[in-house]
Amino acid sequence: MATVTYTQATRIYPGTERPAVDHLDLEIGDGEFLVLVGPSGCGKSTSLRMLAGLEDVDEGSIHIDNRDVTHLPPKARDIAMVFQNYALYPHMTVYENMAFALKLRKTSKAEIDRRVKEAAGLLQLEEYLGRKPKALSGGQRQRVAMGRAIVREPQVFLMDEPLSNLDAKLRVQTRTQIASLQAKLGITTVYVTHDQIEAMTMGHRVAVMLDGVLQQVDTPRALYDKPSNVFVAGFIGSPAMNIKTVSLTDGGAKFIDMIVPLTREEVEKARANGGGDKVTIGFRPEDCDLVGPTEGGLPVVVELVEDLGSDANVYGHAALDGVSERFVVRTDRRHMPNMGDTVFVKPRADHNHAFHAATGERI
Amino acid sequence: MEFEDFALKLTMLLYGVIGFVVVVGGLLLLLDVVPNYFARRREAALVAASLGGGDAPVARRARKHREGLLGLAFLLPALLLLLIGLVIPAIRTIILSLFNGNGSAFVGLDNYGWIFQENDIVRVLLNTAGWVILVPLLATSVGLLYAVMVDRARFEAVAKSLIFLPMAISFVGAGIIWRFVYAYRGEGDQIGLLNWLWVSVGGTPQQWLNIDRPPLNTFLLIVVMVWIQAGFAMVILSAAIKAIPSDIVEAARLDGVTPWQMFWRVTLPSIRPALIVVVVTITIGTMKIFDIVRTMTNGNFDTNVVALEMYNQAFRYQEAGHGSALAVVLFVLVIPIVIFQIRNLRRQREG
Repeated sequence: MATVTYTQATRIYPGTERPAVDHLDLEIGDGEFLVLVGPSGCGKSTSLRMLAGLEDVDEGSIHIDNRDVTHLPPKARDIAMVFQNYALYPHMTVYENMAFALKLRKTSKAEIDRRVKEAAGLLQLEEYLGRKPKALSGGQRQRVAMGRAIVREPQVFLMDEPLSNLDAKLRVQTRTQIASLQAKLGITTVYVTHDQIEAMTMGHRVAVMLDGVLQQVDTPRALYDKPSNVFVAGFIGSPAMNIKTVSLTDGGAKFIDMIVPLTREEVEKARANGGGDKVTIGFRPEDCDLVGPTEGGLPVVVELVEDLGSDANVYGHAALDGVSERFVVRTDRRHMPNMGDTVFVKPRADHNHAFHAATGERI
Repeated sequence: MEFEDFALKLTMLLYGVIGFVVVVGGLLLLLDVVPNYFARRREAALVAASLGGGDAPVARRARKHREGLLGLAFLLPALLLLLIGLVIPAIRTIILSLFNGNGSAFVGLDNYGWIFQENDIVRVLLNTAGWVILVPLLATSVGLLYAVMVDRARFEAVAKSLIFLPMAISFVGAGIIWRFVYAYRGEGDQIGLLNWLWVSVGGTPQQWLNIDRPPLNTFLLIVVMVWIQAGFAMVILSAAIKAIPSDIVEAARLDGVTPWQMFWRVTLPSIRPALIVVVVTITIGTMKIFDIVRTMTNGNFDTNVVALEMYNQAFRYQEAGHGSALAVVLFVLVIPIVIFQIRNLRRQREG
């Protein structure tokens, strides 16, 4: 039952020049599930740890529910965290692990028991309460770590890549469990992951970070449909969007003989601010069609076809201005080309993303 | 004359060096040549087998046999040394402990009876008990306290090496150093650090190692051992503390532990295995304590311990029976600790 606000929050590790987190401004609503996502070293974990109090805030401030927690110790912030390696106390049983924080706060025995049993029920851990962590499987340990956070009934849940140590199948299962649990408990949650599929499926909103700088915060849908810059466009979506910087003409962007149409305003914006006569165009593999040789598509020589069962990814290359560029197209299985074929790729109109060639910002 | 003497010494030294080089070099060469020879033969056999297609059962059995022989060959030196250095002397000691002083008459368990009847020897046993209880306790506590305090502090490396340095000093050296600390001069200026301290707080100089309250001087000897062993405890425990995953420490901080609770409820349980190793190692070392007592008081003034008394009985008083019996008692006392240690290690290995 709390909001979280980062205001110009900055973390500079001693002895480094570049901030690990650079003037982060972020507001997280009450009961919201916010996912911080980005490649390794982008500052997402550091941002979370700043909120947890495990990392100093060098500039700016962090508020939980309008209370300034910037320099409070972790235990005074009323938060609970789930760690990547679970961080269970190896010498305590599952029950003791979950009860530990409550015991330290001198909660009554009956209350501790009630809360631990309740959390254990929620997470199907009842049979394991007497076991030590080393006698549990990875998935069970992960649930204990969740339970330890839940029993504290904190204002904010922090999760630092809690699924990355699980195998692929369990990860998908647990993903939905965590999301539904969060919906049931309604506790504000900040979740860090490097996996954009996790981010897209779990988050109410997703914050994409790169090099300590927040790139875009929006709903998964909006991130996918309207990425605000080249990085977000390439990061969200799998296989990644085809993003190429090509020559600009008055009518649009020129891919050999194929013109990707742009409006007059778009062309003007692309030319402004040192854009020159180049523009960066992105189109998703699923947003293009394979067309006949005479329909004005881009000729792509097929290198590899991935048959995914439901559909297929076609990887190939085309020579743009004499430079060989790689393209990916998702296609119907019925029209699967063979290796070495030349296919003609045509992006669907209105599904293109145009970015400024110099700044990378969306036009 | 003197020159000749010198030349003789030099020749002896030369012989010694040559002997050393021949023996050690020969061993190293052997260790290099023998496994290589076997490895080459094995390789050749494997090649032959793969060329010949199938692996004939006879050949396989022969190879297994050879591997067994090879294993035995590697075990032999260790077994031989154990036999000569440990097993045979142990058996001989047990037998000797059942005979009289010069080994001429069988006396049954009389030597053991003597241990527990003679007042002096009971004193020795009590002293040793004091050592065995206090040294591990104090050395481990001091080492642990120090390890926790310097952990992630500035100058940690320097601070740790200062505490660890006494480990490099031999027990005899430490004994002599500390005898100066406890030194007493009948007249004139006192040169001992302890007497200086004692006088500066208003006491009169004391003969610390020959004091009329016996347990105190034993305690002063124990301090020397603690001084040496605390460094060992500190190094092992410091490594164990550093091995605690940082996320567990962070989880505890989020759970709201105070530094005190962090130590008792997180740090200490996490380093329990290392703690046991340290306590057991120091305990065994302390049971055998000899050099410090021998150097500092020679067992006088009621400071004697089992190992020193054993030596005195066997080699000074020519009472091999008494000495052997004491050795056996010491051995029996060490056994439970060793068993505990082995079981502990095994449990750890099983995870």
